Order: sequence, then C-alpha cells, then structure tokens
Amino acid sequence: MSDLALLVEDLWVEYPARRGVVKAVRGVTFEVHRGETLALIGESGSGKTTLGLALVRLLPKAARIKRGRIMYYRNGTSQDILALNAEELRRFRWQECAMVFQGAQNALNPVLRIEAQFLDTARAHGLSDANAVRERAVELLKMVQLDPQRVLHSFPHELSGGMRQRVLIALGLLLQPQVIILDEPTTALDILTQRSIIEVLRRLRAQLDFSLIFISHDLSLAAELADRVATVYAGAIVEIGSVYDIFERPRHPYTLALTRSVPTVTGDMHPLASIPGSPPDLIAPPLGCAFHPRCPLATDQCKREEPPLERVGKEQMAACWHWREVNP
Amino acid sequence: MMADPSLRAGDTSPNGDRPNAAEPSTPIIELDHVSRVFEQRRRRVKAVDDVSLAIQEGEVVCLVGESGCGKTTTGKMIAGLIHPSAGEIRYAGRDIWAMGKAEFQRYRLAVQLIHQDPYASLNPAHTVYGIMSAPLLQHGIAANHRQARERVRDLLSTVDLTPPDDFLDKYPHQLSGGQRQRVSVARALTVSPKVIVADEAVSMVDVSIRVSLLNMLTRLKRDLGVTFVFITHDLAVAKHFAWEGRIAVMYLGRIIEVGRTPQVINHPQHPYTRALLSAIPEADPRITRTKERLQLRSLDIPSLLNIPSGCSFHPRCPWFEEGLCEVSVPPLADVGADMRVACHVVARERAKEAA
Repeated sequence: MSDLALLVEDLWVEYPARRGVVKAVRGVTFEVHRGETLALIGESGSGKTTLGLALVRLLPKAARIKRGRIMYYRNGTSQDILALNAEELRRFRWQECAMVFQGAQNALNPVLRIEAQFLDTARAHGLSDANAVRERAVELLKMVQLDPQRVLHSFPHELSGGMRQRVLIALGLLLQPQVIILDEPTTALDILTQRSIIEVLRRLRAQLDFSLIFISHDLSLAAELADRVATVYAGAIVEIGSVYDIFERPRHPYTLALTRSVPTVTGDMHPLASIPGSPPDLIAPPLGCAFHPRCPLATDQCKREEPPLERVGKEQMAACWHWREVNP
Repeated sequence: MMADPSLRAGDTSPNGDRPNAAEPSTPIIELDHVSRVFEQRRRRVKAVDDVSLAIQEGEVVCLVGESGCGKTTTGKMIAGLIHPSAGEIRYAGRDIWAMGKAEFQRYRLAVQLIHQDPYASLNPAHTVYGIMSAPLLQHGIAANHRQARERVRDLLSTVDLTPPDDFLDKYPHQLSGGQRQRVSVARALTVSPKVIVADEAVSMVDVSIRVSLLNMLTRLKRDLGVTFVFITHDLAVAKHFAWEGRIAVMYLGRIIEVGRTPQVINHPQHPYTRALLSAIPEADPRITRTKERLQLRSLDIPSLLNIPSGCSFHPRCPWFEEGLCEVSVPPLADVGADMRVACHVVARERAKEAA
C-alpha cells in the first residue's frame, strides 16, 4: 500500500456566483495509494463534487483552480495534472483516471445502444479493433453481474437504474484506469439494487488493480467499502483516517456528530444526536474554524483561527483545536 | 379549535346505531381490501392490490418499501387525494367516499399529507405567513389577520423555526431544505389534524438536518397525540420513528409483512423483509462488514405491468418452492407475536411449530 497513485496538495477551487466568490475547495491535501479505496464524505454543498471534478479537470468553465498541485503516479513515472495540455489531458481521462458521475440515468447517450457506447469510447481513445473492444466489454459486463448479450444490444432506457449504474462502472473500467472516481454511486437506487452495486464494487476491487475514490453523503457506504475516509466540511478536509478510526475514534467534532446522527437498523434503539445550526455558506464561510458556529467545543480561539489538519493518531489527521477533548 | 371530526353528530347517517364510532376500538383509519389500478395507454398498472390495514388513533404506522411498491399511492388514498379502484377507506368508521360534502371536508382537514419535496409543495410566490395563514383564514380557524399572525407564530415555534418573526416574511427560496420541510409540517398543523401522512418527509434533507426533523416529528406525535402514517424507503428511519408503533412492509402493491416495529426489525419473517434488512449498509464498519446477507435468486425487479403470478416475490425469493409459490397468492396471515406475514413457507413452518 505504500506506492502512491494520486497526490493532491493544497488545492483551492473557486467559482464566481451572483453574491460573490464561492470557495468550493479550500486547501485540500490528501493522497491515494494503489489499490486503496478512499471515501470523501460530506453533506450537500460541502464541495466534495467540485473536488472530484477538479481531480479530472472537468470543472465548469467559470471555476478556477486558484492554487495547488495534483500529481498522478503510474509505473514509476509521475504527471502533474494541472500542467497537462489538451491532448495529454484527453489521454489522462479515462485511460488513467475515470469518473462515474452522479445520476447514472443521464450519463449515457440515450440514442445509442450500449455496445455503441463502448465502441465510441474506445475509438475516442485510439482503440480501433472493434472485436477486441467487444470482447473486453463482454468481460467487464460479466464482472458487474450483467448479461452481456442482453445489455449490449439494449438502449439505456431499456435498463433499470441499477443496471445503468453497472454499465457506467464497466464503461469506466474499459481503458483500465488506475484511479476511478465515483460520485454518489448508489444514491437514488433501491436498497437491493444498492446492495448489488456495493457487491460489484467489492468484487471488482478484488479482481482488478485500481484505486477507488468515492464521493458520498452516505456514511454507511463509506463504512462498507472504504479503507480510508475523509470528512469534508465547508470545502476542506477536516478529518482523514482509516475507516475504523473515523467511525470508532473520530477526533473532529463534526465527524463525531455525523456518525452519531445516522440511525442503524441492526441492534437496539439509541437516541440520535442532531447537529444544531445549518450548513455553512461557502461564499462567506465563518471566520476561524468553519464548524465553530455548530460546535459544542468552540472557544474564542476557534472563532479567530482556522485549525490546521494535524496528526492525531498513527494514520489519522484532524483539523480541530480541541481534538483531544473529542470523546466518542 | 376545529370542528370535532369524529362524526358523532353525523345523525343523518341511515345507520343510527353508530354511537361508538369514536371509541378507541374503531380505527381512525381503516383500509378494507383496497386496490388501485392506473390505466396507462391501455395498459393497466396495479399500484395497490388488496391492502387491508387498521390504524388506531394515536398510533404510528410506517409504510416501508422500495420504489414502485405502492406506498405513496396508499398514502394518497388515506389522505383522500385519490380514489381506490376497489375496496373501502374508512375514517373513524365511515367510508370516506360515501360522505356528504361537509363531512368529507371535515375529514380532509383532519387528515393532512406532508409531501416528500418541500421545494415543490410550497408556493414560491407566497411568504411563509401567506402560505400558513391561507388555511387558517379559509377555514375560519382565525377570524382575522391579527389572530392568524399569532397562530402562525405559535406554529412556527412548534416546528422549531425560532424566532418566528424571522421567518414570517421569508419566501420559500430564502429557506434551506430543512426549514422548508418544517414550514410544510407547520402548514399541515394549521388545521389541527388528527392524522398526518408524511411521505418521505425527511428523505430530501442532509443527515445533519434529518435527525432534528425526525426529533421534531417525534415530539409532535407525543405532545399533540397525532396519528402518523409515515411513508419511507429507509428502514433505519422507520425503526427510529416508529419504534413504539408498527411497520408495514409493501412489495409490488401488497403488504407482505406487518407487525410491531421491534419485531419486524429484529425478527423479520418474510424473506423479502429479511433480504431488505440484510442488504442495508450500516454506518458502522464492523456491523456492516459482518452482517449476514440473504442472497436473492434474481436482481431484476419485476415490472408492475407484468406482476409475477402467485406470490409476486417468487422469482427473486431464496425460499421459492415450485408448485406452491407461483400458484397462489399467499394471504397476510397471523403468525403470532402480533405479526402478519404473507408467505406460504412461513405459514407452513408456523403451522408445524404449532402442531
């Protein structure tokens, strides 16, 4: 697990809005190792999708990467993603790093059969051997538990939401990327369908060698699939650590509150804690620690100074002046 | 105070012998073999199929199921927004579709629906005060704007929108999702309903907001004694909200299991309920990674246009028995412990145990 696949350093992303500048990503630093699964969890408007889009440089035109570095490593070579030209970028996307977007319904071309979507994708990246692509598509569709003969000749509308999501995952894997980013992979799917996607991802991870970054508001998905989890609040990573650290020994009050606010089905009833206040405004985030207006531990220092992400455990970092007082 | 909707005064009824219509033994809401078919381009979609359910006053019942199971249609029928195609829906013992105009209006006030999407259900052109004062003035609950304003203030405090004066003149777009949903709840409360049908009322809001909304609804239930029909796809939310009530699990238009919440959650009987509970990922890595999973025979969800014969779960059911499950529809039968389950295999096993 020691070799790096992706390194993000002090990344800042902003975009203009009517009321002012939205600071969607504020000084994010993290790394992803080969074969590892990292979950970025956060609520709507926390900047997690913008962060995902920045990793493949698919940000809307108005958005601006103000500062930072995104390094991608493969076979002992490294690439600075923010320095790539258009041609290099095109190659990087999909071949090196694929992103599966939120809302599988809308990501497929509605007038093309699934087979054509595989062929088009391959052709766009210089693979012209249709038979080889078809073979690879069949293999991938089997891996995601679909019947290739039926699916390849279907139009997207003939497939259920869960099937479309699995097609997109297969399509994302077509060019054997090293990193795959999934944005809300199971949102809006039924429970049993959600389960099948989770099992598919688990199986793929065991069979193929790639790193997975998924972005979700669903903590249970992170608990289920992630090796490491990063909590995103107001555009910044406020805590990062192993899945067990995050769920069992959180050191940031926001992570603690989040994990205590989700009801579980297994076991007895325990009261749920709510988080007071409302999510922060990314145009005018609170001064100091962005979480301070909602935090039970907030002091004057928190209102003045933003805490840095500091080491709080062997492989755990948290951005809180009072992390020692956070008691799960 | 609104008119008592318990209909004791309904002496125009030919059944003069209904003095105990308001006794607790008469369910406040009763679905009696209710079905609903939608015609769609000459195709018939059976959204709800022969559902019977009695809800007592003050009770909390969760209707749980995946999309297309008929839970929303059932909720709308309880609220009197759509007609059943067959069967009867009774409010305090009276068939709602046989009521006279005045009586029907009283029922409609007594049963309020809260929609899933507060972005769509609040008029964007009206202020919070406008939205909430309309029913108060319309139904004569408030005599004038001064009274209405007082009442709206009280209700906003009830749903934790404090201080209320900060919200009175806001438009829906100036509120967050959680705040809008609170306004929806407050609006439903304007007419002092006896029953609230909440359709996915907390699904569209963020986790950090969801708990406080749930806690607020729990408090209303306790303080106001309102009967709740809580519709959700999320069994964890159902468990949390209806721990002291009941859960009814629906599948392709039918109730397949109903019982006290702790029983259904901890000792589910129907293979579909078991599959659902075992499939849910949990926000605890140790629990979720060691949970036993019930494997289904098929991942395909049957179309409502072509519902499988017999037990409609049979093509996916791990306990499927040929010659039994696809042949006849299992009735929702008593299996003890206050539970009813629609499964041939469960019924047979319970009968064996009893013998």
